[in-house]
Amino acid sequence: MTPDAITLSVIEAGLQQVCDEMDLAFSRAAFSPVIAEANDRSDGIYSADDGSLIAQGLGGLPVFVGVMQYSTGKLIEMIRDGKCLPPEPGDVYIVNDPYLGGTHLMDVRFARPVWRGGRIWCWLSNTGHWPDIGGAVPGGFSASATAVEQEGLRLPPVKLFKKGAMDPEIYAIITSNIRVADQRIGDIRAQAAALEVGEERLCALLDRYGDATVEAAIAELRRRAAEQMRARIAPIPDGTYRGKAFVDSDGVVDAPLEIALAVEKQGDRLSFDFAGSSPPCAGPMNSVLATTLSSVYLAMRHIFPDVPLSAGAFEPLIVKRPEGTFLDAAYPRPVSGCAAEVSQRIAEAVFAALVEAVPEAVTAAPAGTSGNFGLGGFDPERRRGFVMYQLSGGGYGGNAGHDGLTNGCSTIGISKSPPVEIMEQNFPVLYRRYALREGSGGAGKHRGGFGLEYEIELLRGDARASFVMDHGRVGPQGALGGADGAVNTVTVWRDGEAHVPPHLSKEQDIPMKACDRVEVGTPGGGGYGEPFAREPGKVADDVRLGYYTREAARRLFGVALAQDGSVDAVATARLRAGRPGG
Amino acid sequence: MVAGIDVGGTFTDLILIDGTTGQVRIAKTPTTVDNQAFGVVAALEATGQPIAGIDMIVHGTTTTTNAVLERRLARTGLITTAGFRDVLELGRRTRPQPYGMTGVFVPVIPRDLRLEVAERMEASGRVRVPLDEDGVRAAVRRLLEAGCESLVIHFLHAYANPAHERRAAEIAAELWPNDHVTTGHSLLSEAREFERGVTAAVNASVQPILKRYVERLRGELSARGYRREFLVMNGNGGMISAAKVTREAAKTVMSGPASGVMAAAYTGRRAWHPNLITYDMGGTSTDVALIRDAQPAVSNETEIEYAMPIHVPMVDVRTVGAGGGSIARVDEAGLIRVGPESAGAAPGPICYGRGGTEPTISDANLVLGRLNPGRLLSVDNPVTQDTVRAAFADRIGARIGMDGVAAAGAVLRLANLKMAGAVRMVSLAKGHDPRDFALFAFGGAGPLHACALARELGIPRVLVPARPGITNALGCVVADLRHDFVRTINRPVADLDMAAVHAILAEQKAEGLALIGEEAVAPESVRFAHSADMQFVGQTHLVNVPLPTAEPDRATLQALFEKAYFARFKVKLPEIRASLVNLNTSVIGTRPAVDLSALIDPAGRAGSLDGALVETRPVWFDGTWHETPVYAREKLPLDATIAGPAVLEQLDATTVLEPGDVARGDAEGNLVVEVGKP
Repeated sequence: MTPDAITLSVIEAGLQQVCDEMDLAFSRAAFSPVIAEANDRSDGIYSADDGSLIAQGLGGLPVFVGVMQYSTGKLIEMIRDGKCLPPEPGDVYIVNDPYLGGTHLMDVRFARPVWRGGRIWCWLSNTGHWPDIGGAVPGGFSASATAVEQEGLRLPPVKLFKKGAMDPEIYAIITSNIRVADQRIGDIRAQAAALEVGEERLCALLDRYGDATVEAAIAELRRRAAEQMRARIAPIPDGTYRGKAFVDSDGVVDAPLEIALAVEKQGDRLSFDFAGSSPPCAGPMNSVLATTLSSVYLAMRHIFPDVPLSAGAFEPLIVKRPEGTFLDAAYPRPVSGCAAEVSQRIAEAVFAALVEAVPEAVTAAPAGTSGNFGLGGFDPERRRGFVMYQLSGGGYGGNAGHDGLTNGCSTIGISKSPPVEIMEQNFPVLYRRYALREGSGGAGKHRGGFGLEYEIELLRGDARASFVMDHGRVGPQGALGGADGAVNTVTVWRDGEAHVPPHLSKEQDIPMKACDRVEVGTPGGGGYGEPFAREPGKVADDVRLGYYTREAARRLFGVALAQDGSVDAVATARLRAGRPGG
Repeated sequence: MVAGIDVGGTFTDLILIDGTTGQVRIAKTPTTVDNQAFGVVAALEATGQPIAGIDMIVHGTTTTTNAVLERRLARTGLITTAGFRDVLELGRRTRPQPYGMTGVFVPVIPRDLRLEVAERMEASGRVRVPLDEDGVRAAVRRLLEAGCESLVIHFLHAYANPAHERRAAEIAAELWPNDHVTTGHSLLSEAREFERGVTAAVNASVQPILKRYVERLRGELSARGYRREFLVMNGNGGMISAAKVTREAAKTVMSGPASGVMAAAYTGRRAWHPNLITYDMGGTSTDVALIRDAQPAVSNETEIEYAMPIHVPMVDVRTVGAGGGSIARVDEAGLIRVGPESAGAAPGPICYGRGGTEPTISDANLVLGRLNPGRLLSVDNPVTQDTVRAAFADRIGARIGMDGVAAAGAVLRLANLKMAGAVRMVSLAKGHDPRDFALFAFGGAGPLHACALARELGIPRVLVPARPGITNALGCVVADLRHDFVRTINRPVADLDMAAVHAILAEQKAEGLALIGEEAVAPESVRFAHSADMQFVGQTHLVNVPLPTAEPDRATLQALFEKAYFARFKVKLPEIRASLVNLNTSVIGTRPAVDLSALIDPAGRAGSLDGALVETRPVWFDGTWHETPVYAREKLPLDATIAGPAVLEQLDATTVLEPGDVARGDAEGNLVVEVGKP
């Protein structure tokens, strides 16, 4: 029997609460700032049959939308096929294998079955981004790995906890293969404890409303989420919409990787076909299937943020398996760039394809890179080694209602960037500048947001700089006549000589010594709509605030300003005459 | 004779307590939005007590709150370290919501009023680039020419060495026509340039506004013969003389919510309920705070809206997004949604008769008989219950196969479930199980929902104060004098210079004592609360560790931290080094106790429960109508025992007891509800 509207609403809210409490428990108890502060983690409830998503915490990192349903599904399949030990109450599996429904190796998943009446009723699973998982470079973001073995420790699904107790042997294997291992126990306990909290809260919900009612409600909620997504898709005119996006290079071979996407809208379904995208690459910019699927879902959730997160919402989105492309890489292709960078290019391709179809809900392309700059070295004053990361934001795309945000975080993240003062306290560096990157927002009726520019000087000792960024070759795409945002730039000043990475946005282990400097400009967002349609008063404001020069106002927006900075209406009309939007 | 006055969005509330006779007078007048001082004076006059005869007036104001939220700020300029003028605009690289790549952010100070000068401190506090004093002069002149009324000087690492900020402020003082000059380090001496800078910028840009308001009110009061200095409630839950409040104006941004929490702590302590979750439900939002051992939690990390941190010690009040005006609807999937959209004050709920057409939580209460339509305040054109019920039938019931009443019942259930979830998250985020607390219900709508909420949360007891609707004004009367100090240390415990630690705590204590000594009113006694914010090296979240003395030794510090960490996270990490991040001292001048038993006039109380009965009316509980007694709260016998279901009405608040609940009156006029099991 289908539960009534009240029961459905109540159970939906209850399941959501269970997930949100798991997210909270994980973050609060986690040791690593990546999880505790940056919330680079996610928790959810998955079906016992095939691992499909029942509910997911709203505080989870967006890149994990739907992703654990693949790892959980794979685990269920492996148990069924006898490739994994069968579960018992209190067991927790650990897995980070990218090819078994994963992302990159640093995202470590735990999965715990919930038992009711002697059978597995559902699975709880969570993912946490561990600060290190072994491999060639600290932190795992290698720009030049050519095989997954170089990227770190790969774990198939194994039981880390057996009947509630941690297996010391598995734990020893893990901690012997990762850096700063002594701090990991804090994260492991937190990750396992979050699932325990989830089980306790879920069982309370089941006791209150009855297993059968909740089960019926989950089925009905799934059906309705699908219906809701269909209701959003239906008004889009039938047809094929195309979008492209480019990854600068794979870090090893200096050639762009292309994502070619055709979205076919038919009735109330969207089909995503990546045929024609580049083949698997030598360097670490490959994606695995689960990450590719999640990236599509993530993009759709950015477009329709109020459709609930459950497997139902994904049903009307048909993604054709991109076999033979770098979006469906197989062992032993290196994949460390998939979650941080390639996922954002996939989302960009979805935005680019759908902005004409749903112009009121889709933005021009955002900066779309995590802007990962790593610096590792030895501090002679403190007599110890250090590894620092500067992750940065960039401009967001203009959209139907507004200009893009300045210095927004990556499409896949929600974390804050570290304060300059804290970085200087902890590492032997000095920021000479941390500023809005003028002129970087793509021109448009609603312009792109601005990127960031910073300059960091190494104060003492020797260090090595590594960059995993993107959009160095082409800027984030403008939409509906808007211009592209500025490209990402990297310059390393060594002995006063400028060094630009040959691949523009990616390079590993550039040696630096005291007084050498790193200069980075992050991308601006794409512009939305014809720049000549921008309200001249807004352009005057942009010039007054120093966002664009007077010359750029003329050239990009067709707006002439008088001596006092106000709009010269006559000259503006002349500049704009006969131009699109003018 | 002490008067506490709170200016809310709709009403200005006043409570006047005569310390010798214990007599209490109460007034409620409409808030005068353009100049709150008129409403304040009107409230004072409404008591009939000549203003000249009042010994002390304590005032909670929303002047700065409104200025910030509505961005009606004074024109403010910034002088900052070369290379860093965009810090206030760049923020910490976020977006307003996890999903949806859109949003708007407007920096507190626009870019053309943010100027740079050459100077640079290193993280250690060592000068790297000396201050360009001529550059400061030139920048000050430019900002004056640009019409700035207020000035912020904010340099990198000034928390480690404030010399450049101090010198620049001296230079500015020579040129600036008023005293509205804020230095970044003076409000909060803590690392994190964005947060410190925004705090300073907010302070500077509300300072002239608060100052003008204080002067206006002082003029109004003095014209009526009030010769003393009045006091203002600060966001830290302490009061401060009006003459001093403007210097740290940002601290008043949470004035109203803080005073409510202070009243709750005071009431709870006297009622032997020292552990409380406060639940203040208003028209557009609900404020929640935690009180342990009668001490409200204080946070240095309040964010009053997206990317607007105000990092000064303030009572930790969390806002959850549901209020009486939250709109209910049915979504495309046929599920009931309550909020986040709100009908606000205009058009407001349907039942206010101001043109609202969408059903809200308040409307649901009305349809279900929980609210008495005849007793609603601030109704423009009375709307019949039938009209409201029809709106539920049309907009909600028709979509999910229910009549108007059942639909309103469903909305109320969902709303309570959502609010309970939010309260639970606030509590869990602080490391507490809500079941270990009593729920303190206040505000216009708090007591209407509290018992249902408590049941959902597994909270065994609800405390409803005698006058839920004027709790904020009561907070003004019972608050202490208070000054808080924070100093960043950021060193591993093993490397600490303990003598320096003791010296800092002693200095903070001395500074607070001096400030309290300058106050217009004398405290009964002064107490000190020292604490340390600590963490494991490599971590980012802080644990606040109360210190029993101002001279702790190293081993004690370590042991206290480990204990506090375990209590909160249930994890022991003996392998990892601990670090001391901040040293804090609060200096609290306690005020004489106030007797609350006369909040409800004892003479008006009836001898028996029946004497307080107003009527019985049908009220909807658990899916059916119950003929329910309605009592006048003011007439209840002091020691009344009331079994739910029941409705208790008073001027500005309605308390609903659900079936199975039992309420008992205590000596102070509170009702303590034992919540029935679901």
